[in-house]
Amino acid sequence: MAGEIYKKPILFAIVSAVVILIGTIVTMFIPMLTPQMHPKLENLKPYTPLQLVGRDVYMSEGCHYCHTQTVRPLKTEVMRYGEYSKAGEFAYDHPFLWGSKRTGPDLARIGGKYPDAWHYGHFEDPQKFFADSNMPKYGWLKDYPIDPAEAEASVKALGFPYTKADIEALKGKNKLDALVAYMQVLGTAVAKKPAAAMPVSMGDKKNPLAGNATAIATGKKLYDANCASCHGADGKGGIGPSVVDNVWLYKEGDVSDGFIYIIIAEGTSPAREIEGRTAKGGMPPYSAMFDQDKIWSMTAYIRSIQNK
Amino acid sequence: MGADYQYDNQTVKGFIVSSIFWGVVGIVIGLWISVQMWAPSWNIPPYFTYGRLRVVHTNGLAFGLGLGAIFGIFYYMVMRLCKRPLLFPKLARYHLYIFNAAIALAALSLFAGMNQSLEYAELEWPLDIGVVIMWVIFAINIMGTIIKRKEEQMYISLWFIIATVVAVAILYIVNNLSIPVTLTKSYHLFAGVNSANVEWWYAHNAVGFVFTTPILAMFYYFLPKSTGIPIYSHRLSIISFWSLVFAYLWTGAHHLVYTPLPDWIQTLGIVFTMFLIAPSWGSVVNGYYTVAADWSKMRTHYLTKFFILGITFYGLQTIQGPTQGLRVVSQLIHYTDWVPGHVHMGTMGWVTMTAAAAVYYVIPKIYNTQIYSEKIANTHFWLVLIGQLIFSITMWITGIQQGALWKVTNPDGSLAYTFMEGLVKNYPYWQMRTLGGVIFTVGMLFFIYNIYMTMKRGSLASSRA
Repeated sequence: MAGEIYKKPILFAIVSAVVILIGTIVTMFIPMLTPQMHPKLENLKPYTPLQLVGRDVYMSEGCHYCHTQTVRPLKTEVMRYGEYSKAGEFAYDHPFLWGSKRTGPDLARIGGKYPDAWHYGHFEDPQKFFADSNMPKYGWLKDYPIDPAEAEASVKALGFPYTKADIEALKGKNKLDALVAYMQVLGTAVAKKPAAAMPVSMGDKKNPLAGNATAIATGKKLYDANCASCHGADGKGGIGPSVVDNVWLYKEGDVSDGFIYIIIAEGTSPAREIEGRTAKGGMPPYSAMFDQDKIWSMTAYIRSIQNK
Repeated sequence: MGADYQYDNQTVKGFIVSSIFWGVVGIVIGLWISVQMWAPSWNIPPYFTYGRLRVVHTNGLAFGLGLGAIFGIFYYMVMRLCKRPLLFPKLARYHLYIFNAAIALAALSLFAGMNQSLEYAELEWPLDIGVVIMWVIFAINIMGTIIKRKEEQMYISLWFIIATVVAVAILYIVNNLSIPVTLTKSYHLFAGVNSANVEWWYAHNAVGFVFTTPILAMFYYFLPKSTGIPIYSHRLSIISFWSLVFAYLWTGAHHLVYTPLPDWIQTLGIVFTMFLIAPSWGSVVNGYYTVAADWSKMRTHYLTKFFILGITFYGLQTIQGPTQGLRVVSQLIHYTDWVPGHVHMGTMGWVTMTAAAAVYYVIPKIYNTQIYSEKIANTHFWLVLIGQLIFSITMWITGIQQGALWKVTNPDGSLAYTFMEGLVKNYPYWQMRTLGGVIFTVGMLFFIYNIYMTMKRGSLASSRA
């Protein structure tokens, strides 16, 4: 009689366990034994001791409660953050840190997007970069030196390769150094595609909004919110180069409006040639973020503050 | 039945008081982090930044308030449903001490940044071992008492209690398997996609077997007890029970929609999540039809409305949750504030509402007295209801707004809003959420005062059966 089970607690517990285990076995235990749950990209590398310490800091500070690390295969998401996340990118992640909430932006493709100096500055004072940001300050991590012995124990526990020199190199470094190193390796196993760029029709490379007062005002607003943190409120440079002098990509001499447009739209990947000048990298692309009018407006604004 | 044995009320009371204490800690931290969301200067490094406080809030409330109440009320129910004292009353007392020590150490270690970074499984491995030992102690006592019971049939609540004991043990042990590095640090045994699958199998079912089955156990016991109306359909509760505990375990992957997790696991998760509406509403319908025997109880008996509103929010929660799992909805609201809105309807509207009603029933019983003030209980009811609605509704609105702003494009296809432009639009809603939290907290203070005064006027004797 089926009704007997409601009189026999041990039998009831066993039947409950079996019922609970069916879904568990099908969706969790069996997949675990198959290769589909253990993919690895060919050029994915285990974390170095410094990066791993940075990852520990990320976990310890609960960064994953506000930042995700997975770009969904959705059009606007790929435009905003970069190539969507692949299963094979996370083979060395114990545990995964995909997160569940984006109070701040996704970080899956943050590696290499900005120079180190940007990260140091931003961790120190996020509000200096984005006035309305609600991110806590993390400059205090500088006061916490890395413990090389613990770092070595960590890479050993995970079986990651390392050298004595890697461990030696940790001496004198602090937790902020480690966190920045971790930021810079995130998502780098997948090659960056300039594909995020919108099709750009440069025409005669003349700015259609040149000298337009409304456009300059719009450009100033956009510049203050997005560019000033690196290029300075006055345009005289900081983390990034000056935009008011007459040096463009390390070479003196004026450039076309189209040149400025391309740099804003597509950023500067290392060794890229633009109008006979060679980029070294550091500037992220903005074409997915701003339409042509906005980029031309910023160009007009930059022209308006240049030292003539 | 004979009055030749006594119930151990001390342990029940101990758990309820501890639960309320950890509840206050968790709620205060909840208010604090709600302010940090719109006022970053409220972050005080290193111990009191958002990233460290949020986890104390979630653990403090889920395990301090939630589990504490569950332990106390389970012991209360099991003794009565088995018509005998606990098999090992001393062991239950040790359970109480271990519980409080574990929650205290949990809070301290999380403040210190010791975090496994698995949501709802953040505690480091030595504490995990402590928790497992505590659970075994609890399981021995509960199962032992049920085996040696003086009542032939096991009532519905006992089924949910047994399922909770079994499921939590399996979930907790598997997901906390880790590679220890030092006493205070470890790495998840599983990596990448696999780690994600194990974690969300665990985390979703932590919701299932901490926030659902134990609360249903209370609902099925205290609703008929306090209203005097028997449960509407026994058959419906049998069907609901088995289909619920069967389907829950398949659904974790709905937290991972559009991630690199294999698509078939996501789809299976979504399908079973949709199915889960049926058993969930089985209990909702059973609750409604029970009170339908005499709806005037909503007016005349103060606890009825707690149970009915509680089960209503459970019903809404179990419609909203599956809807969120659908890909088309998930892509809009996942990663936004919609999700905390959803979670808090469940925790503030269903779990806390029902558990508070159970405590209102239990405390006067074990103190041989009446509730201090029904009026205060009513005030408590309306304040927590309004607070929770403000919280959830503001988060749903701003969540949809966020999700939409992330997707809007200009005519030429470029994105219309930067991340910051989307973020600042949350601030007014986040401020309103803090207000909702304050109202809820005031409601809880009325509850605590009422319980305290009831205890003061009664006397805790080992009550006769």
